[in-house]
Amino acid sequence: MHHYVTQGYVLPNQAHIYWTMMIVLYPYITGIVAGAFIISSLHHVFDRDELKPVSRFAMLMALAFLLCAPLPLLAHLGHPERALNIMFTPNVTSAMAGFGFIYTIYLLILVVEIWLLYRVDIVFLASNAKSEMMRRLYWILALGVTDISEEAKALDRKVMLFLAAIGVPAACFLHGYVGFLFGAIKANPWWASPLMPVIFLLSAIVSGIAMVMVCYLIVQWFNKRPVDSECTQSMMESAWYFVMVDVALEGLELLNHAYMANHDWDIMKHLILDKLLVSLFVVQFLIGSVVPFLLLGAAVVFRNRIPAGVRNVMGFVSGILLLVQVLAMRWNVVMGGQMFSKSFRGFLDFQIDIYGREGLLAVLFLFTLPFVAMLVFSRVLPLWGPISTFPTRWLRDKPPEYVPLKNLTKFK
Amino acid sequence: MTTLWNKPEISRREFFEKCAEAGAKTFVFGGLVVTTANLLLAQDPEDVRARAEGAVESRLHDTGLGDVRARAEGAPKEAAKGPIYGFVVDTMKCIGCGSCVRACRDENNVPDGFCRTWVEQYTFFPNGEVIVNSPSGGADGFGEDLPSRNMPEELGQLPVRGFFVPKLCNHCINTPCIQVCPVGASYVTREGVVLIDQERCIGCGYCVQACPFGSRYINPQTNTADKCTWCYHRITKGMVPACVQACPAKARIFGSVSDPNSEISQILANNRVQVLKSYLGTNPRTRYIGLDSEVM
Ligand code: SF4
Ligand code: SF4
Repeated sequence: MHHYVTQGYVLPNQAHIYWTMMIVLYPYITGIVAGAFIISSLHHVFDRDELKPVSRFAMLMALAFLLCAPLPLLAHLGHPERALNIMFTPNVTSAMAGFGFIYTIYLLILVVEIWLLYRVDIVFLASNAKSEMMRRLYWILALGVTDISEEAKALDRKVMLFLAAIGVPAACFLHGYVGFLFGAIKANPWWASPLMPVIFLLSAIVSGIAMVMVCYLIVQWFNKRPVDSECTQSMMESAWYFVMVDVALEGLELLNHAYMANHDWDIMKHLILDKLLVSLFVVQFLIGSVVPFLLLGAAVVFRNRIPAGVRNVMGFVSGILLLVQVLAMRWNVVMGGQMFSKSFRGFLDFQIDIYGREGLLAVLFLFTLPFVAMLVFSRVLPLWGPISTFPTRWLRDKPPEYVPLKNLTKFK
Repeated sequence: MTTLWNKPEISRREFFEKCAEAGAKTFVFGGLVVTTANLLLAQDPEDVRARAEGAVESRLHDTGLGDVRARAEGAPKEAAKGPIYGFVVDTMKCIGCGSCVRACRDENNVPDGFCRTWVEQYTFFPNGEVIVNSPSGGADGFGEDLPSRNMPEELGQLPVRGFFVPKLCNHCINTPCIQVCPVGASYVTREGVVLIDQERCIGCGYCVQACPFGSRYINPQTNTADKCTWCYHRITKGMVPACVQACPAKARIFGSVSDPNSEISQILANNRVQVLKSYLGTNPRTRYIGLDSEVM
């Protein structure tokens, strides 16, 4: 266990940081889930057609990150082997006990939604994929349902719409709840705020949009494929809007603390102006919010004067900065709340561990896992469009032994 | 499965029928597994029930000062249910020797760098500055660390006032720590003592964050939450907590507040007492005599 450097009077049991980088990573990952899902739903529910190129990708990204979301928590728990107790013996008054249930419900919604989204493709691949093994895999993925008549597809769409309609509030809930975990801790003035869930949710949406946008651009550039600038433009507009509201609320929260200047303001002032000066003002506000806000704003306002290629680069840069901003925000909340003692008379400095279960390497490793999951997904399901965009090497040359229904012929 | 596999087309109806069947099976089986797991985890159902009742009881019979007499009137009923404990810290009497901290360490095997109880020293200077310190939780006393000896030259003045404040878990009645525990590992006993079930705690640390007083820590030996238990293993055998026994100045008083004749009830009836951070509404059972507003 670390012996942190302390200043002033720190309560004996508080000379330790109990929630470490893993607890910074956890809201970061779930935030991306919520944001990516919402981007995808903008297309599926609200018919924003310009988002079509990324809608499938965003959906699978939400799944990839969601699958990895519990890992930082498990890495953090003192007794990960007892983790399921939060579902076996939940304590109803605990906000944290909701995690298992909210997570499971959301995972179910997401998986069914993705299944419906890909069902037609899967059925097609079940008889047309190259190897016998893959055909079997697709058959299993199709859960044996090979009915892709028009009525069946219409029903699919209805169910999907319904799921997306409950999925959006569920995504908001999933992440608003993470904010509540902090916001409901009255012992900690840096956390206790009813605005916390809202701020967490908005920054989640920002990070999700940014992640989808950045990945989309990287993939297109890397594969030398044209970027659909209508699509990036739309994402930039959404990001611009959300970052505006998000930063306004974050600023409001600080201003409120400062203006009310309660008994805890002395310590918070010191926290903000000293301990968090760089990570809060420079990284989170200046580099992470103001710069992308201006860039995105310019791209939105002057969309007709700036060439599409330049706007895409602006989108890319602001996407990266927004990802940094949201990470910094998580850091400032989680770490900031533990850098001062509840004696309100002392501080401690966090030291980054490199090795160890909650060290930097473990954090980086966990953060690559969602991308590995995406890679796996991309081997099985088309990320970017319907079956017509499939690499032909996936399909067998011989005509299939049977084509389940005549509808399928149109994919050939 | 084979029959399904061989069918080129399966209607949704057929599929959902299969699903429903499989789902029902999973549900029944899963239910069995969960129930068994629950029973295994719960170990002692008696204990769980006692705990739950204890929680309600202790809330109903809030041992607030105002109702000592009310409780005296209802004494027979109370007595049948056993004592409700309280703790008084008389800061006017504490001499900062640290005997309590050492006694606690030995009694409860407290890991290095953590404290179940600790003593703070407050020193006031003419310019209004207050210095608080608690080297090693006060375990070695305060002789060498009197802040006036380390004061910067320009202050150059001797302190005008000073005192010691022993601290420990407040065994709050409205405990944020129990409220947030996701698995119910933190609980309150019939006697009003807040405890942690070491077999259930998952070590999430949420309670450590939620306690406003810094009473809790994650024990690096067990990886579970830990804190002062008022020496539950001693008090249930009729003894007093180790710190109370060790205190040479009688600054710590422990006893049954549901018995109007106990020493602690007499003290509570005859003194003005405060609690730490009363504005947070946790309603502590540990009460203080002579608390200064600088003490947080
Ligand atoms: S002092 Fe802290 S640990 Fe003790 S009962 Fe109160 S909130 Fe819980
Ligand atoms: S650390 Fe243990 S006792 Fe504390 S909230 Fe988590 S599970 Fe409950």
